[in-house]
Formats: sequence, C-alpha cells, structure tokens
Amino acid sequence: MSLLELRGVTGGYGPVSVLRGIDLVVEEGEVAVILGANGAGKTTTLRAICGMLDDTAGEVLFDGRDLCGASTPEIARAGIAHVPQGRGTFGDLTVDENLRLGAISRPDPGTEADLARWYEAFPRLAERKDQAAGSMSGGEQQMLAIARAMMGRPRLLLLDEPSLGLAPLITRDVFERLGEINREEGLTMLVVEQNAGLALEIAARGYVLETGQIVIGGTAEELALDDDVRKAYLGF
Amino acid sequence: MDLFLDQLANGVSSGVIYASVALSLVIIYRTTGLLNFAQGEMALFSACVTWWLTERGLGVWFALLISTALSFVAGALIERLLIRPVMRTGNQLNVVIVTLGMFLGINALAALLFIKPGLETPKMPGLFPTDEILGIEGKTLGLALLLALQCLVLWALLQRTKVGLALRGVASNPDSAALVGIHPGRMLMLGWGLAAALGAIAGTATASTAANGAFDTSLMQQVLVYAFAAAALGGFDSLLGAVVGGLIVGIANSLTIQYVDALAGIELVLPFGLILAVLLVRPNGLFGRTIVERV
Repeated sequence: MSLLELRGVTGGYGPVSVLRGIDLVVEEGEVAVILGANGAGKTTTLRAICGMLDDTAGEVLFDGRDLCGASTPEIARAGIAHVPQGRGTFGDLTVDENLRLGAISRPDPGTEADLARWYEAFPRLAERKDQAAGSMSGGEQQMLAIARAMMGRPRLLLLDEPSLGLAPLITRDVFERLGEINREEGLTMLVVEQNAGLALEIAARGYVLETGQIVIGGTAEELALDDDVRKAYLGF
Repeated sequence: MDLFLDQLANGVSSGVIYASVALSLVIIYRTTGLLNFAQGEMALFSACVTWWLTERGLGVWFALLISTALSFVAGALIERLLIRPVMRTGNQLNVVIVTLGMFLGINALAALLFIKPGLETPKMPGLFPTDEILGIEGKTLGLALLLALQCLVLWALLQRTKVGLALRGVASNPDSAALVGIHPGRMLMLGWGLAAALGAIAGTATASTAANGAFDTSLMQQVLVYAFAAAALGGFDSLLGAVVGGLIVGIANSLTIQYVDALAGIELVLPFGLILAVLLVRPNGLFGRTIVERV
C-alpha cells in the first residue's frame, strides 16, 4: 500500500475549480516531486491534501485512510506536515517557540530531545533561538520551517516551493538537507518545485501537472529523460 | 503636593480599570483581529451577575469568582454562536456590526434582568478596605494589586503553558497553526472566554469603586471609550501596551481635570490630544510591533 494516494481529487477556491481530477501515489520512504508551470495547480494539490480548500472531492488516502473532508488540524495530527509556500513562519514568535509549536500536537515526552536534535542539525537556529522568526533571512526561515515540521514527527512531509526567493547556493543547501533527512529518517516527502533539476536529484518519482491534471508521471530518471520535461522544466 | 498625589492616585485607580478593559480588547484583537465594541457591556452584565450573587448572600469576592467563571463560559459561547458564523461570511465589517448589536442587546438584557425601573438601584459591595494602607488609599492599592494579579495570570498562561503557546500561534499565523494541528476555533473560544473573564473583574471593580457602589446600565460606556484609547496608545497588539496605555490615560485624565481649568468640562481633550500626538509619531502605538518580515 502506498503511503499517500490521490484518486480523482478535484477542488479549488470557491466557485473557481482548479484541480480537475488528480491521481498520484507516493510510496513510503521516497521523495516525490510535482513539477508544473505557474497556475498549474501544484500548490492547490498540496492544499487539497491538507484540507485547506473550500471543497475537495475524490479520495485522499493516507496510509489507507481517506482524509478527504477532514479538517486541517486533524490531517496534521494524522501525520502530514506541510511547509507552505512562503514558509508559514510564526513571524513574531521566537525561533524556539516556532519549533515548540511544531510539536504542540504530540504528547510531551521527547519534545526536548527532538528540540536538541534539530538545533544540532541546524546550528543557525540554535544561535537564533530567542530571535523573532520573522527577522531571519529567507534561507534561515526555510530551515526553520523544515525543522518545525520535523518537530511534529510526521510520516509525510509536504513542501511547497522550498526554493522560492532563495539564492541558488542556499537552495542547493536546502535540498541537500532534505535529501539527508529523507535518507536518515526514511521520511516520505512530496515536493512541489520550480527548480526541476535540483528536485529530481533527490526524488525517486515525479509528476508533471498541467491545468489541474497530471499529464506525465514516472520515476525521476524517466522524467529527467523525457523530452517535453527537459524542454519545459530543465531548460535543455 | 498632597492634592497632586491624591489626583495621581485617582488617575491610577481609573487607569487600572481602563487597563484591564484594554487587556480584554487586545486579547480579542490579537486572536480574532477584531475590535469588540461589546466588551464594556459584557463587563456590565458580568458586574450585574456579581451583584445578583451578593444579593443572594454570597461574599463579594466569592461572587466575583463565580461571575468570572460564568463569564469565561459565556464569552466562549458568544464566539462560537454569534461571532464565528458571521466570521465565515468572510466580511470583517459584518462581525463589527455584530459586536455593535451585542453592545445594544447585552445592555438591554442587563436592564431587563437586573436594573429595572422601579426596582432598587444595584449597589456593589466594596471589594477593598476603605482605610489607608501605607499612606495609599485602600481602593487604589487594591485595584493596582488586582491588575497586577491579572497580568501575572495572563503572562503565565500565555508564556508558560502549551495552551498559551497555541493561542499565540493562532494569533500570529492562523493557517500555520492549523498546519501544526491546533484547532483555531478552540483558541478563539479561549480568547473570547479570557476577555469576558477579565471583563467580569473590570466591571465588578468599576461598580464597586463608584460612589456607594451604585451603578446603572451606563457603567462601562465611558470606560470603554477610555479603554479603546488606552489600547490604541499602547498598540492594539500589545498586552503590556494595554496596561501602560490604561495608566497613562487614567493619570492624564485625572491631572487634566485638576490642573487645566481651560479644559473644564471638556477634559477628554487632553488625553486624546496626547494619544493623537503619540500615534502621529508611532502609528503602531507605544508597544505595538511593526511587523517587519523578510521574504
């Protein structure tokens, strides 16, 4: 059984329908990437999984359980963490408080140990522990958002354009960290990303989304070799 | 000099009340992003409940405790039943209209249940000793201690507990709060409950410090205006600002009445002039945070 499977998922914002029947699977332990042009529905797909749309129909099977129609907090508690576009930082709270909020829905034991662990993994965050999260640089905030998601001990991590607004070197760093987390923790990830080259490096599976539908799906190698994908997203 | 100190003490007494109403306004503003125009009338109703309980033979402090607890529940229910359904329409202005409706409705309900014409005027028993302690009037000292206690409890709740952290998370970023598994609705109910509970204390204290403790349905109306001024002065998103703002407004008002004869009858002008001046220089108030976010 796949960890995540979407079957015929539709949805949008109010009267505007964006998704026209999304089918995709993400297997336990792998990184899957969704590529697509602006407005194709990538962010909307992630929002549909998290119950953040006005009306979502179809099936969102997480570990066999249909989460379609569940509320966002329930979905988060089921084990899906979402790092939204723009990172969703609690800007006026401190770095430490941001991380503690990440763990707020799980039982207390282990929170302190996890905190120590992610401070060790991201020393910059430890240095800025008591600083307001909103005052950090974009790259630092992205690291914070990832660490915050990890504090909830998720089974699936959704990432929406982690490279947005970051310098190329920092983007590379972010993806290297994501790759590490995937390998070391065996954490399953679904990443929406414009930077197809980097994303496909850490991904096992990829999908291309166009006007609310999956038009190409396959392994990362297949996608990287696909002529259309290369022209449209890899630029060669 | 004695006169000055007396006026200062008066200012502190009323400032403390403005501060505690301003605290309620700030809590609701931070959690719901809303100005609650009914805050004063909610406090009036709570004060009526306290008084009603004392008439049934309860000690005033015990009555206040019960009325505070009841107000907490009522505040949470108001959020759930009146505010949230209107909030869902997505138009903040509609919710403001609802709080204005509540202003009239709760006031009328208090009149209907407790302050009927022909009935005896409600008289709140004093909360504090009337004699002086360490040269300070018992009332002033008691009010200041009561405010300090409220601040301490609020601070501990918000800064030292998980539920407080969740509440601040919702205030800071409701979407992200939902994404870490916090039910924003529950936090909004908590915010309104806290505001109503603080209102119960403010309303009861206001009534008990009036002459003979006698009060009517206009008990909190002027207080609310000053509390709004205090919250604006302190910065609408700052609890500390609410307290400092309340004290400044109270003291400025009382000193104006005493010393600025030219403004006799229109004393309101000075504190509000002061506030205007501060806001021109610092649009987010004295303690309000300018949200600077790097992307």
